[in-house]
Amino acid sequence: MTRPLVVDWTACRGRGLCADLLPELLTQDHWGFPENRSRGPILVPDELEGPARRAVRMCPALALRLDAELPGPR
Amino acid sequence: MTTTAMTPAQGLRMPPQGPRLFAARDPFLATHLDTYGTIPDVTPAQLLEQVRISGLTGRGGAGFPTAAKLETVTANAPAVVVANGAEGEPASRKDAELLRRAPHLVLDGIEVAARITGAGEAFAYLRPEVVPLVRQALAERSGLRITVVAAPDTFVSGQETAVVSALAGGPALPRFSRHRIFQRGVGGRATLVQNVETLAQLALIARYGGVWFASAGTPDSTGTFLATVHPVGQALTTAPAVWEVTHGLPLRQVLAGTAGRPPEELQAVLVGGYHGTWLPLPAALDAPLSRAGLEPYGAGLGAGVMIPLAKSACGLELTASIAGYLARESAKQCGPCQFGLPELAQNFAALAAGQVGRSGLDAVRRSTGLVEGRGVCRHPDGTARLIRSALRVFGDDVLLHQHGRCLARIGEPYGGVL
Repeated sequence: MTRPLVVDWTACRGRGLCADLLPELLTQDHWGFPENRSRGPILVPDELEGPARRAVRMCPALALRLDAELPGPR
Repeated sequence: MTTTAMTPAQGLRMPPQGPRLFAARDPFLATHLDTYGTIPDVTPAQLLEQVRISGLTGRGGAGFPTAAKLETVTANAPAVVVANGAEGEPASRKDAELLRRAPHLVLDGIEVAARITGAGEAFAYLRPEVVPLVRQALAERSGLRITVVAAPDTFVSGQETAVVSALAGGPALPRFSRHRIFQRGVGGRATLVQNVETLAQLALIARYGGVWFASAGTPDSTGTFLATVHPVGQALTTAPAVWEVTHGLPLRQVLAGTAGRPPEELQAVLVGGYHGTWLPLPAALDAPLSRAGLEPYGAGLGAGVMIPLAKSACGLELTASIAGYLARESAKQCGPCQFGLPELAQNFAALAAGQVGRSGLDAVRRSTGLVEGRGVCRHPDGTARLIRSALRVFGDDVLLHQHGRCLARIGEPYGGVL
């Protein structure tokens, strides 16, 4: 199962820890904010759930959340 | 203005012929009831069924099916109903015009939505200038308590999470939340936010039924919609016209009435407002104004704004000025929007001014990609949509501008003009 990693963009300050912990999925843009390597929502496959959880825990802005399912229409 | 109590038999009326939302000749309750009659006393389930049959979709821009939204909110009851008339899009006037001409249809719609969702409380969140008109209309009637709240005059004040925040006494800014507002919104309750025009259409469906509603329009875009149509070549602040248009009408017919300029003299039209999509003309002149009709152009009706562009005007210049406005209207909460929109606007302005070569286009494309999907509201995505459609529709002009020229001023060296 893949789970979406949700960024609270109002909280993110672009410190870059998430990109450091999840280089397979994330990079940083030129301001430092996390950038998805592929387009669309950031989807975490099972094998990366550990590092993803660590990123959620360690984010200094508490700006990350690992959801259980894909978001619906907003 | 006083009203007499009506028995149900007296209250029934035939549906209006011609305009639906704009059928009454004045905004007063007596005229409203004389035109439309009263709402039949049917169950919430019957009302919802009629909405489902009608195919009504949200008229605020997103076009979400109204029945599905009503159902979700009802399932998460107790609910709150919010009529959204913030109309933060500066090019749109249709909500204000609707509230000026038919406030009781909107108030009826709030009551119908409250009946369906079982809501005991409702809000009307409105552009400041229409607040007195709505208060006046409310004074003419009894029933559900509706609290009127003035929305700040910003582009993002009408985004759903901003509405919920404002009604809770906070700033009218988009918010990040674990919950959807239809699960948990105002006061922690399930919240139905509907555009005021959607509610007015709902008031008609409650009276005349879903089949009647869908008898106008196309199978995928039923009923009528309100369009704000701007005159050609005027500053965007000039008072535009607001028309009730039947879905499926060819674009040509809506543009034919704009400032006496034949549609053939136009090079494009921006459909859907500042977050909208440029449509090429004359290619799209016969496109039906419906979901299916605009889909081939990657466009949608949005909130019904149409801004035509004359052949003698530069689409890149106009887009650049809109992009600059949108960048300034960022709530500056989300980094990629706060920093990305000004960068995008600046790159686009440089392209439009003919100051950059091939690399300028690459810069615009790069900065567009950097804002998409990276915010708590749709502001960055909407801006990106506008920019991408401009690059598509004004592709020839983008090439000319790279060489310091402009399609609107063939032969004139651009650098010399500026």
